Amino acid sequence: MTAQSASTAPLRDPEPRPLTRAELWKRRTPLLPGLLFVIALTQIPFLFTVYYSLQGRNLLRPDSGEFVGLANYGTVLADPLFRNAVTNTVVLTASTVVLSTVLGIALAMLLDQRFPGRGVVRTLLITPFLVMPAAAALLWKTSMYHPVFGLLNWALSPFGVNVDWVSQFPLLSIIMVLTWQWTPFMMLIVLAGLQSQSPEILEAAKVDGARAWTTFSRITLPHLRQFIELGILLGSIYIVQTFDAIFMITQGGPGQATTNLPYFIYQQAFRAFDVGEAAAAGVIVVVATIIIATFALRVVSNLFEENS
Amino acid sequence: MTTAVAVPTETSRTAGTRARRRQRRRPSRHPDRPRMSVAGILAWGAGLLFFFPVLWMFTTGFKQEAEASTDPPTFLFLPTLDQYRAVLGRDFVPYLLNSLTASVLSTVLAIVLAVPAAYALSLAKIPRWRDSLFFFISTKLLPPVAMILPLYVLATNLGVLDNVTALAMIYTAMNAPLAVWMIRSFLAELPKAVLEAARVDGATWSVEIRSVILPMIAPGIAATALICFIFAWNEFFFAVSLTATQAATVPVFLVGFITGEGLFWARLSAASTMAALPVILAGWSAQRWLVRGLSLGAVK
Repeated sequence: MTAQSASTAPLRDPEPRPLTRAELWKRRTPLLPGLLFVIALTQIPFLFTVYYSLQGRNLLRPDSGEFVGLANYGTVLADPLFRNAVTNTVVLTASTVVLSTVLGIALAMLLDQRFPGRGVVRTLLITPFLVMPAAAALLWKTSMYHPVFGLLNWALSPFGVNVDWVSQFPLLSIIMVLTWQWTPFMMLIVLAGLQSQSPEILEAAKVDGARAWTTFSRITLPHLRQFIELGILLGSIYIVQTFDAIFMITQGGPGQATTNLPYFIYQQAFRAFDVGEAAAAGVIVVVATIIIATFALRVVSNLFEENS
Repeated sequence: MTTAVAVPTETSRTAGTRARRRQRRRPSRHPDRPRMSVAGILAWGAGLLFFFPVLWMFTTGFKQEAEASTDPPTFLFLPTLDQYRAVLGRDFVPYLLNSLTASVLSTVLAIVLAVPAAYALSLAKIPRWRDSLFFFISTKLLPPVAMILPLYVLATNLGVLDNVTALAMIYTAMNAPLAVWMIRSFLAELPKAVLEAARVDGATWSVEIRSVILPMIAPGIAATALICFIFAWNEFFFAVSLTATQAATVPVFLVGFITGEGLFWARLSAASTMAALPVILAGWSAQRWLVRGLSLGAVK
């Protein structure tokens, strides 16, 4: 029994210990409103998703809702469109995470140096992360990627590049926008790691005659590792859920070329109204996320140990 | 402003590092100000490159439509407010108000729920507090698509589909875990001795929070609120799934620009600028807290 299940279900916890129990509940009181609210709006809906996934439920047939067991899971897993969405999600997430991590580390290293206007540059660099993703996606789709009037083709025209980005390279187009948005996130986390290095140790390494590269690979990189891991794992979890950019730029197309899992489920639910199959796909996504999340939590919890 | 990180205390510093830190604080007046290096030039280049699309959006909003889509791009033009007038004339204001309602209401609620919870989880030290803390964070890992269908059905049954208050409730649940973690990290930093000294004998937790805790972590609360506001304002998935004409927020307004490509770039840019500006300003002013919020309080 974990604390949260005990605190949400007081009636199921009739153990005596009256003295401490009253005191414990008094101490728990401040926690309860927040905890119950979050459970009500996240956990209970998820349990309903599991329930729907076992039904042949379709919003267009109000009388539907018959129990079909695991049939929806079978249908979804055999659906080539679902498999395509899984592949797209993996490609999209992995590429974006790798690109934004590499760029983020490089930019953080630059920003860790002293130069005039460092604060301004930092402010400029974090801005892509702040721009409303839906607006950013439309902006890229029109002003940047347009085959005739787009800035990208204009900037690359000296190199003979003239392509219809969204039609010819749909997945790459999405990856570029996401990388632009997520690089600042990675940069901020890595920069915080760089700046939390003990100046004494770096000074000592210098005094002992360590070369810059040795200092970097032996001291800085091991110190940064946990920050990079944290950035990668949090970034993956958010990027797997990408929806705005796909909705705005490609609508999952052309064909199904950029349909990722969130967009697939959205289409299944709100275009095909097939709630049963959409729910089953949702549950599969959660199971996959839990696997990633287990690693994520381990990393977060390591950092958390150090800080407390 | 760049050092939002835990640095060793002043006493443990060597004279050399202290001197360097002083230089860094006011580089312009100091004779030994940092010189432009290769790294500086590269960083400036990267910063301008990353910022350029945002700048382009901002400037395009002041163009005429004919200047917005040209080949080669138009860099010099006579600024006009026509597009802003057009967007505001297209009933943009209700969307703005919905966004404002959903973001502010959910931010306030998230803070109201999170402060006592964070208090219980860090200062009151209830048993199994760690489980509860990790429960909160695990909800952030649950993809919205896994909850949207029941929320949609529930909202339909309760008659609150396309209702901005209902949307705000969902944003509250989305942001409360983040707020709990962030506020907890601020509470964990309070010196125990000060807390003990300020503690009023026999005061209830609500009095203690209001009279002792809140004044001490006010900047942390403000930072947390800004982060919550940013996430709520930018949220698109729930907004587009659960709202229609009455409660639609600013990102949903932008959906109207998906079709009719190439026709209304300047107007789109004006609308996008208005949509993005509140969060850009909030994020700039909260940038020393941004990394802490994004890493759930783990990185300072």
